[in-house]
Amino acid sequence: MARRRLTKVLPRIVMWLVRIFFAVVLAFPFYWMLITTFKRNTDLNNLKNNPFLFNESPTLDHLKLLFRETLFPRWVLNTMGAGLLVVIITLLLAVPAAYALARLTGEWGAQLGIGVFLTYLIPPTLLFIPLSKVVSFLGLQDSLWSIIIVYPTFTIPFSTWLLMGFFKSIPRDLEDAAMVDGLTQWGAFVKLMIPMSTSGILTVVIFAFTLVTQEFVYALTFISSAAHQTVGVGVPTFLIRGDVYYWGSLMAACLITSLPIGFLYNLFLDRFIEGFTVGAVK
Amino acid sequence: MIRRQRWLGPVMFMPAITYILALVGVPFLMAFLYSVSDAKVGSVSYHYVGARNFISILHNPAFIRSLKDSFVFTISSQVLVLIGANILALSLKDAFPGRRFFRFLILLPWVAPVSIGSLGWKWILDSLYSVISWVMVRMHLVNQYDTPMWLGEPKLAMMSVILVHTWHMLPFATVIILAGLTAIPKDIPEAAAVDGAGFLRTTFQITIPMMLPIINVAVLFGAIFTFTDMTVIYILTRGGPYDTTQVIPTEAFFAGILGSDLAEGAAISIFLVPLLIVAAYFVLRSAHRAEVT
Repeated sequence: MARRRLTKVLPRIVMWLVRIFFAVVLAFPFYWMLITTFKRNTDLNNLKNNPFLFNESPTLDHLKLLFRETLFPRWVLNTMGAGLLVVIITLLLAVPAAYALARLTGEWGAQLGIGVFLTYLIPPTLLFIPLSKVVSFLGLQDSLWSIIIVYPTFTIPFSTWLLMGFFKSIPRDLEDAAMVDGLTQWGAFVKLMIPMSTSGILTVVIFAFTLVTQEFVYALTFISSAAHQTVGVGVPTFLIRGDVYYWGSLMAACLITSLPIGFLYNLFLDRFIEGFTVGAVK
Repeated sequence: MIRRQRWLGPVMFMPAITYILALVGVPFLMAFLYSVSDAKVGSVSYHYVGARNFISILHNPAFIRSLKDSFVFTISSQVLVLIGANILALSLKDAFPGRRFFRFLILLPWVAPVSIGSLGWKWILDSLYSVISWVMVRMHLVNQYDTPMWLGEPKLAMMSVILVHTWHMLPFATVIILAGLTAIPKDIPEAAAVDGAGFLRTTFQITIPMMLPIINVAVLFGAIFTFTDMTVIYILTRGGPYDTTQVIPTEAFFAGILGSDLAEGAAISIFLVPLLIVAAYFVLRSAHRAEVT
């Protein structure tokens, strides 16, 4: 009897231990950012202190330094501005393309759709060298515009792929009925299909935006002056004066950047994953 | 009768296709053209030099080493990701109190910008103030005056970048595997349990074989994202100490962008292409299967 109870309870205990272990390990750096943000330098730099505790009273100095004396606020604005424009370009190009490939072009549209998705696999580390030449040819070196032009190269393929799935899931009859009632194909797209796929479009907006905030390689390659940087590159490369790391302010910047982006992305992650698992999950 | 306008389809997808051809297709070809040229940053001349760049980098021991390290980096982190993600996904499969909160914590390494997460690790692995070293000193595992140089000693540095990359990729693989686990019909493992199969037997003979297609997806994309990534290494070690954590993408960056030798950088990055072809093949096969069924 006792043994039977044990075999029932034991797996549950093991499950909880596994969950807690992974949650602690995976979230630890963010906890560490939090605690470092509010610690005084004298506390951080004293090796005798227990680093897990506040040995001196907490401080807001690192946050003040970050917002008053560094380019951090500027980087946040740069990132948001670039993100907004990339989202607009992505929507303008990906929404019609996805509809056309899902509905108007038959069998080879689907093939072309897969082809578009495959371009998502071509990594920045293969394209950054030729693109740096393209960027300087366009006269955009060291300008935020360089990444606004280049980022849609990875947001469009993924967004088109996701939206194709959305458009395919809307019954064809609805569209046909609307067209019998006198709408043109374009009218059906604008007045029926777009309103019906709002959640898909919202997903694409979030993705394009979070992918912009996460990108590192292109921004590092194309933009050289600190004032034009995005958060993802500015914080790790320009928030260091000489060889001195201001860990308090650095970790404050990390925390402020990760949590909102992480939260936003988290809301839509399942859709993102669906994009990868087509064909493997039925 | 409904008249479908034949021209509308191409008109609607051409802008996107053109954009991608111009800024992915053309640069992709340019990478090949540069790799057989003597192109430099700031010069407009282009001379075809045949396989000279490839011959010279293949004779360069530093490149051979980075090629080898790329595989070490990718394979070891993917093995760790695969083991961790399977265990973690199993523990998250069934509903439990606080599941959403746990999910948020567990996903953070993937959803937060990777450069920022890596910077957090740079502080955790600091040569002087590392919290890991502090704990180890307290546990009397290491001497207080001789703490490990996590990022400054070749073997430890390689281990550190592998583990940080594993940390970053683990949530991605976990969510993919979780999607597969929830898609397995519940009655099959249950029937096996009724027939007397234990937890381990059910896991190894039923769940894992049924999960293989989805595990392949996780490994495929995980391997691409790892093999072609330079962010974690760039932030943590810049390829150091003594170039012991250089991988192909960082080599290409240092040669082609910082070293202004576009031709050499392009030739190095071409070594990423074979893996991409393999990946493309598997994606096409899996997409084809999706259409057939």
